[in-house]
Amino acid sequence: MRQQDPPPAGTGHAPVRRPSQATDVPHGGDLIGALVSVTIDDHTVKVPVGTTILDAARRVGVHIPTLCHHDDLCVAGVCRVCVVEVEGQRTLQASCAYPITQPTTVRTHTRQVRQARRHIIDLLLSEHAGECTTCFRNGNCELQALAKEYGVDSFRFGRPDRPRHKVDRSSHAVVRDMNKCVLCRRCVRTCIDLQEVGVLEAVGRGEATTIATYLDKPLAEMICINCGQCINRCPTGALRANDPTDEVWAAIDDPTKHVVIQTAPSPRAGIGEEFGLEPGTPMTWEMNTALRRCGFDKVFDTNFTADLTIIEEGTELVLRLHKNLVQGDSSLPLPQFTSCSPGWIKYVEHFYPQYLPHVSTCKSPQQMFGALIKTWYAQLHGIDPAGIVSVALMPCSAKKFECNRPEMCDSGYKDVDYGLTTRELAQMIREAGIHLTEMPRSDFDDPFGTASGSGVIFGATGGVMEAALRSVIEFVTGKKVEDFYAHADIVPVRGFEGCRHAEVQIPKEVGPVPGLIRHLVPDWNWLKGATLKVGVVHGTANARKVMEDIKAGGPFSQCHFIEFMACPGGCLGGGGQPIPTGPAIRAARARAIYAEDAAYGEAGKARKSHDNPAVLRLYQEFLTDGPCGHKSHHLLHTHYTPRGKYIG
Amino acid sequence: MTICNDMTLAAIEPDAGLAAALKLDRAGVIGEIRRSGMKGRGGAGFPTGVKWNLAAAAQGDRKFIVCNADEGEPGTFKDRVILTEWPGRVFEGMTIAGYAVGATEGILYLRGEYAYLRHGLEQCLAKRREEHLLGNDICGKTGFGFDVRIHMGAGAYVCGEETALIESLEGRRGEARNRPPFPVNTGLGGMPTIVNNVETFAWATAILARGADWFKAIGTEQSTGPKMLSVSGDVERPGVYEFPLGTPIREVLRAAGGEDAKAVVVGGASGQCVPANRFARTVSYEDVATGGAVIVFGPGRNMLDVAENFLEFFVDESCGQCTPCRIGNVKLLEGVRRLKRGECSTQQLRELRALGETMRVASKCGLGQSSPNAFLSIIEHFRREIPSRVPVTVEA
Amino acid sequence: MLSTQQEQRVAEIDAIIERHGRSRSALIPILQDVQRRHDAIGDFAMQAIADRLGIHPVEVYGVVTFYAFLNEDCRGRFVIRLCRTISCDLAGRDAVANQLRNDLGIEFGGTTADGRFTLEWANCIGMCDQGPALLVNDQVFTHVTPEKVHDILSACTRAFGLHGAQEVQVR
Repeated sequence: MRQQDPPPAGTGHAPVRRPSQATDVPHGGDLIGALVSVTIDDHTVKVPVGTTILDAARRVGVHIPTLCHHDDLCVAGVCRVCVVEVEGQRTLQASCAYPITQPTTVRTHTRQVRQARRHIIDLLLSEHAGECTTCFRNGNCELQALAKEYGVDSFRFGRPDRPRHKVDRSSHAVVRDMNKCVLCRRCVRTCIDLQEVGVLEAVGRGEATTIATYLDKPLAEMICINCGQCINRCPTGALRANDPTDEVWAAIDDPTKHVVIQTAPSPRAGIGEEFGLEPGTPMTWEMNTALRRCGFDKVFDTNFTADLTIIEEGTELVLRLHKNLVQGDSSLPLPQFTSCSPGWIKYVEHFYPQYLPHVSTCKSPQQMFGALIKTWYAQLHGIDPAGIVSVALMPCSAKKFECNRPEMCDSGYKDVDYGLTTRELAQMIREAGIHLTEMPRSDFDDPFGTASGSGVIFGATGGVMEAALRSVIEFVTGKKVEDFYAHADIVPVRGFEGCRHAEVQIPKEVGPVPGLIRHLVPDWNWLKGATLKVGVVHGTANARKVMEDIKAGGPFSQCHFIEFMACPGGCLGGGGQPIPTGPAIRAARARAIYAEDAAYGEAGKARKSHDNPAVLRLYQEFLTDGPCGHKSHHLLHTHYTPRGKYIG
Repeated sequence: MTICNDMTLAAIEPDAGLAAALKLDRAGVIGEIRRSGMKGRGGAGFPTGVKWNLAAAAQGDRKFIVCNADEGEPGTFKDRVILTEWPGRVFEGMTIAGYAVGATEGILYLRGEYAYLRHGLEQCLAKRREEHLLGNDICGKTGFGFDVRIHMGAGAYVCGEETALIESLEGRRGEARNRPPFPVNTGLGGMPTIVNNVETFAWATAILARGADWFKAIGTEQSTGPKMLSVSGDVERPGVYEFPLGTPIREVLRAAGGEDAKAVVVGGASGQCVPANRFARTVSYEDVATGGAVIVFGPGRNMLDVAENFLEFFVDESCGQCTPCRIGNVKLLEGVRRLKRGECSTQQLRELRALGETMRVASKCGLGQSSPNAFLSIIEHFRREIPSRVPVTVEA
Repeated sequence: MLSTQQEQRVAEIDAIIERHGRSRSALIPILQDVQRRHDAIGDFAMQAIADRLGIHPVEVYGVVTFYAFLNEDCRGRFVIRLCRTISCDLAGRDAVANQLRNDLGIEFGGTTADGRFTLEWANCIGMCDQGPALLVNDQVFTHVTPEKVHDILSACTRAFGLHGAQEVQVR
């Protein structure tokens, strides 16, 4: 076997997969921060030492095609689509993996490069079993786009005559069709490195290499948390969500059914991307109209139950704090963990089952809504709950699993019948011939109406915490949040840092306990001058870090309340959101979400969950024994299953 | 028993090399290796002295000396003979390397297929420890400690590629890493690591024992020193032969009794095919480079069968990471089978050659880059055998 | 105190892990030792090892399936690996392969019904000068002829029934 060219002196380091290999600082610290000149085709630019050729090329506007590269993931350098000529190198170099450490001259589209890329695309197509016309990624497939870019007009190296793999449809959330897999390993890097869940890995060797689960078992038997991040990063149609649109259409077409849909905040911020809009273009009100035109009888705002979650979960927190700090009872331990993210829930159930008592017993907003639709709403409108089909539009694939949990039937029926992703709804809208962007704007339906700005920001990492703090601060101090944080923007919990900490100082003067929870806590004196410590975590790799920190008694174990979201960026980066994803796209969606929250304020609408009039009405008319009361416990709270990580 | 000709290593006085090295300072040892002009004996031919120098200059809390005994190249078995006959010279060379670059840990990565050698090697190591040739204060040199452990491979040819080998040592799938960074800077556990072939370490011992000038006097200007060749196939006396680099292929065939050969493949499955009319070509880095395999094919052999056998090998032994190697080898194999059946159009043959060229330049590691070599050179040199099988018509 | 079979296996695996150290770099030696004791690595061991080393079971599975000498499922007591690479091919591997198939009554990749023999192909085993060559577990046999196949197999059969991996003595 021949090895590659000799190592030049003072070699730099590409960011590569293994911690051992890579992220470390280059030896010879004098290079850090230094600039080096690189000439790419006709452009010369100075870049920091260690910049990859791909990044440098992007900087000067030179397009290099990629496939296995993903901005969220560590470098693989396996597909070889991005190869370029580097002067002085015998072989072509993968531009995504080649760090520039000395003056370098690169040519990106020589005859040899073009031929190599074309060969690689042809080779990938020779193993890719699937017709574009019958694929959900038709028009949004990176392999298809490459084939177009390189003018592929025939299957030069043949194509599979029959599928080699069985499609795994066992999971409620993720469908795996390995016949379409191009072995770019983005899903592996997502599952093992980005999320640290570890369901998918490359197995076998050589020609027999595939991406597989442990012992090739069905996904449903795995420790998969259904986060769907692998779907968002798959370049082809090999991974997709389990799509219930046929059932939803059937329900809409059935005149005996009353079909309602609740819509979460993140799909609105993302769905525009499916229709060619820039990421971060909110479509809330247009989407409401589109949903009605699709045939949904009612369109509800999940933010209503997001607000409700804040009241329930906030009350639970107050009770836990009181128990632990005043009564010395640690049966419901601190810190309290949020429970809105079903991916996170399954993650704890598998990897940290001993910590389930820390998880708030509150159902997620989706499931709270489901329980209320088939009870309160049915009662109010005199509709037989058996005839209600409750659909949830979510940015999430794990919500599909969640609504199928056996315990989620507290209304006496399946609380939520179908979980629909943003992508699937976009498909329904297209199928109905509706031009989303041209829709007139319309509001949500009563009795849940429009929620508060706090409900909206649930979509972004830190949003639940910010919403909770807005209410807690006002409850405890009796003053406006705005007195403490300008515009009620609790900036310390915002941002995209993986694990973050914030502290809220409770003033020496506290207010009276609000009527809603006065029967639960007599006064706030025990909180006077206290420091409320909170944490915000997104992505399960970060969750693991925090859980290990808590195990070790580190700073996060001192927190009172921690928000966990399974997906990077929170729900706006969920596994049901439009493809592609990336840091810039998620940031744009976050801007849309925070803008909507701010707009609520400007329009004089409620920005705090406890100001949501519909929530208050719910407690007056239906959940009359108040937050965390008996009825609320029955409908809005749940329990968890310690699953462990043993794969049976 | 493996047949051998006269072997220089047999005549090297045990531990003379180590003793000589310890009389020099680190730079002196590296200087001697550099001056010898020795290039790596594993096949890639990177100058050993330069590699050691880079590792010596690299910063790291720990450094590693890894001996690549994953001798998996088809047709290669000289490392097995070295490890059986003169394991001491190999460990001695590793110790010298450890001294030269400031490493205290050595690892011999022994291929799983050679598990039966392990016992003897462990005995050799134990004896060297007893004799203070390994351990602390080696040969009484205060402060110089070095030891070697054996790590068993588990049956993967690609682990002969140095970064795949390191991945394997780290308990992972043997998948080659992106280079740069190179192991001399960022190797095992992110630490500077030298990976050299068994034979390279043995010759390093010899160079220190006899001097760089002795080594340099053998071979050619660009290919210094002697080289052990594994000769197999259609010869009367298959075995391990030592020749100065620069020796014509014909001479190797004469020694092993294979003058009537129609072709040899030098360098194993990843090497190149040399037809009889080119037997004047020499075994050397500047001409026909090799890690040591010389596979000889007699007059009756069908070279397409040979290409098929090699490609079957690569289809199985590719790590499966990168596209050109994983799928490219499958397509070349399908192509060879079509050629054998007489079903390959001229256009398709042209495509296959172009694909081979792409695999050479676009694969991630040396395995993929060299996997089409035998196919391409067989097609090139035995065209006359092949066109008779190719229908003239071009498929639509 | 009595312990279940599972507890015994855990204890065994733990002992092996302690011997090699609880780090990922010890994974392959650990797997090799476990396989040596049980002829296969198996589901339970893979998960137990993953747990101890703090990695995912699927990563262990990925490693096991990568290396030809690591097996997740049960093999015969004697794994016969016949070299199929070029020099052994030239030296007459096909005749030996046929004899093995006939004598064992199985195809390559198969295991005899009595669990004694598994027959596999090997890529070059470094005995190119003495081919055809094969490995029986860790032992190498060279210059194998169809006649010699019978001797090797009967030597294996004689060694069978004794404990552990026995040296196979060909008379």
